Amino acid sequence: MTPATVVAGALLATGAALMAVAALGLVRLPDVYHRMNAVAKAASLGLVCVLLGVLVLMPSWRNAAVIGAAVLLQLFTAPVGGFALARAAYRAGAPLARITCYDRLAGPAAGGPGGPPSGPPDQEEDDG
Amino acid sequence: MTPLDIVLAALGLAMLVAVVRLIAGPTDADRAVAVDYGFFVTVAVLAVLAVRLDERSLLDLVLVATLVGFLATVALARLVQRRSR
Repeated sequence: MTPATVVAGALLATGAALMAVAALGLVRLPDVYHRMNAVAKAASLGLVCVLLGVLVLMPSWRNAAVIGAAVLLQLFTAPVGGFALARAAYRAGAPLARITCYDRLAGPAAGGPGGPPSGPPDQEEDDG
Repeated sequence: MTPLDIVLAALGLAMLVAVVRLIAGPTDADRAVAVDYGFFVTVAVLAVLAVRLDERSLLDLVLVATLVGFLATVALARLVQRRSR
């Protein structure tokens, strides 16, 4: 095993683990905003790690240019996409989880679900 | 069974999870998030397959898919928002 293989293996394992964490969050987290958080952060970072691992396995200037552009685009566009989806979900009235403590967008002009979530914070769903 | 195959299997399981959320998601936004995640998984699978099959042109597909995935996410966001009115 060459050092490059070890580095690539570590990067690929990190990326796959981050993807797995995002999948876990997609299943376990209580509402759409939490799930979006898992996807926009963990999945995009996992994808970046996988791409860098692939670059270490196939080193060339051409691959470096292509993968570098893809990584930069991913890092710039994933948060924007997540933000756009979250705003659309809020305007569409997706319900907030009961453990939500703050809703700063709530108000007459926002057009969202409106008002603080009913009921006290529920600790049972906190273990996602 | 190379390590790349293990990564591919893990990504396949992740895609299965995305499909589960796509079917079960209570709101449209959940389904949009599941599609977004499925796209991330697809791009990662493409990158790993580029090494596994030694097919360099798949990396170009990764670059294009990154761009298209962003546009698809924004378009889905607009659809989710418009459908509520």
